[in-house]
Amino acid sequence: MRLNGAQMVLRCLEAEGVEVVFGYPGGAVLTLYDEIYKKGLRHILTRHEQGAAHAADGYARASGKTGVVIATSGPGATNLVTGIANAYMDSIPLVAITGQVARPGIGTDAFQEADITGITLPITKHNYLVTKLEELPRIFKEAFHIAGTGRKGPVLIDLPKDVQIEEGDFAYPQRVELSTYRPVYEGHAGQISRAATAIRKAKKPVIYSGGGVVSSGASAELLEFSKYTGIPVTTTLTGLGSIPSAYTYYLGMPGMHGTYAANHALSNADLIIAVGARFDDRVTGKVDAFAVHAQVIHIDIDPAEIGKNVAAAIPIVGDVKLVLQELLKKAKPPEIEEWQNQVLAWKKERPLRFHQPPGGPVKPQFVISELYRLTGGDAIVTTDVGQHQMWAAQYYPLEKPRTFISSGGLGTMGFGFPAAIGAQVAFPGRTVLCIAGDGSFQMNSQELATAVCHKLPVKVAIINNQYLGMVRQWQEFFYGGRYAHSCLAGSPDFVKLAEAYGAAGMRASTVEEVPRVIAAALETEGPVVMDFHVDPQENVLPMVAPNTSIVEMIGGDAL
Amino acid sequence: MKRVLAILVEDRPGVLTRVSGLFSRRGYNIQNIAVGRTIEPGISRMTVTVDADRVTVEQIVKQLNKLVNVLKVSDLTEESSVGRELMLIKVKAEPEKRGDIQQLVATFRAKIIDVSPDSMIVEVTGDENKLQAFMLMMQEFGIKEIAATGNVALLRGGRTTREARN
Repeated sequence: MRLNGAQMVLRCLEAEGVEVVFGYPGGAVLTLYDEIYKKGLRHILTRHEQGAAHAADGYARASGKTGVVIATSGPGATNLVTGIANAYMDSIPLVAITGQVARPGIGTDAFQEADITGITLPITKHNYLVTKLEELPRIFKEAFHIAGTGRKGPVLIDLPKDVQIEEGDFAYPQRVELSTYRPVYEGHAGQISRAATAIRKAKKPVIYSGGGVVSSGASAELLEFSKYTGIPVTTTLTGLGSIPSAYTYYLGMPGMHGTYAANHALSNADLIIAVGARFDDRVTGKVDAFAVHAQVIHIDIDPAEIGKNVAAAIPIVGDVKLVLQELLKKAKPPEIEEWQNQVLAWKKERPLRFHQPPGGPVKPQFVISELYRLTGGDAIVTTDVGQHQMWAAQYYPLEKPRTFISSGGLGTMGFGFPAAIGAQVAFPGRTVLCIAGDGSFQMNSQELATAVCHKLPVKVAIINNQYLGMVRQWQEFFYGGRYAHSCLAGSPDFVKLAEAYGAAGMRASTVEEVPRVIAAALETEGPVVMDFHVDPQENVLPMVAPNTSIVEMIGGDAL
Repeated sequence: MKRVLAILVEDRPGVLTRVSGLFSRRGYNIQNIAVGRTIEPGISRMTVTVDADRVTVEQIVKQLNKLVNVLKVSDLTEESSVGRELMLIKVKAEPEKRGDIQQLVATFRAKIIDVSPDSMIVEVTGDENKLQAFMLMMQEFGIKEIAATGNVALLRGGRTTREARN
């Protein structure tokens, strides 16, 4: 069958089961967009390519499917860069399709030319420049395979304009022939037995789990494993939701803004079972002082993560779901009653907490708690990056995986709102709540138009403290209170901004107004921006100063 | 310490950039790199010499293995291997010095491949130590320029790089 390159792309997307794409048209993708138009493929037009990339990322995180984003050459492609880097750092499956100038123009500094494969080399799992039409079907097949298998991640396909127009024979490959790419899924049986032995002998074991559990769909196995062995669990930011917050032996998040129980459990542990987590510096603090008494079992699908930051005594390369299933068969519950009691005592005596004075000012943690109460804990929550992100992680308890969507590794301000749009596209019937900061929201607030046009009823809660709050907090703690350029006074009236786009806007400045506004927003059909004016002095606690031990906590005192 | 990695890669545009880019962005220092063909069509061999400890090299190898175009990475330092580098040296050679140079060339089993009224080009092959020693000797006459290939290496014995244990 003779098809042009653009028609082939549509056939490839169809074969991969792609139901929706996020994007922004332009000169070098006109032929591709013409086919999207003719085929009626669902396309979410954002107002900025970065928004499209984050929306595709949010769609992928919420649904578990591979997100697809399309942009034109040059600035369209470079505007994707932050979104691609964000997906790369958190191992999110994404296929980015960019237009490129026609092949004869490549390398001539043609209009809207950018070397996007060169630019994205360090932030993609792999990328392709399609130089021959006949390679297009194989490249698409490989791209989706690479993005969605092993340690997942973004793959970029750069598609010259003339390749989209050229005609050729089309057949979609049934199989991927990649001799150089073979992820290992089954864990080594001998290593799993060694791990089982270490678990049986442990006196103070802790499970430290991360985004890999969400990615591999291993939440049920993780909970079963913890229940069977009685070993307490702490989850990283990207792992939140993979263990129900209400579970007895769940300790909350570890690290810089982690709980007392999680940080002390890790620091006193004699065995850490790391499951799909990568010992990020925000978790370990000063790495030489991290968990000095612990032996480490490290389960990860990416062999390069093992031993990268923390040495592992028992490395197990494999899919965490399969490895946990095997480990469950071999493991025996250790005798750790004393340790369990210790951990539960820490949890009970030093919980996360805040005080809301009845007369105000409104505390940001109170807003998050009310959001939780009034959504019945049933929302898909997305966040931007900063103080509000940490408060959301601390005060919005979760039941299920894929309900907490946050930029972990890259820490991208402006991620939350477009990601919420993507999540809402994946789940039109669910409440999608974007908890944003006043700074972060302004980095992609133009996507209000996207939410309104596509009737995506995302509820945005701006924790508005008139500051780049986390920057302000660091300046208070570590820079002598010199608030260099972190005050955001002069930001727009977010209620009017929402209304200008045709969304609803609501404001709460007093304690009484907070639940009223939330209830009203949840009853409103379309997208809503809630502007919560909160105490600008409030800090995220507990806190571990950078490059210190995670038991040297500011705040987190006993009751 | 100095370690030699043999990397078999698919011969495609941009693969050298992918490999060298990985070294630079993860902060590993390449001492030298040699790229050439193999007996398999479509497969190239890179030999990279790095100065790094064992743990760092393990991480380098793992990161290299993640590149989709990389077929096999082997740390040849872990096994018995032979390495050679080829160097061309343009040395000042006034007529009265030529005899001395020729003697040294013979001692080092090097080869004179070009002669002009006041200079010569010498081709010399060997491991790093031998080339260093030869350069030292040539410095007496005055080295005008050198060109070197970087180290290439193979495992000793019958096993190929693909069959290497690590």
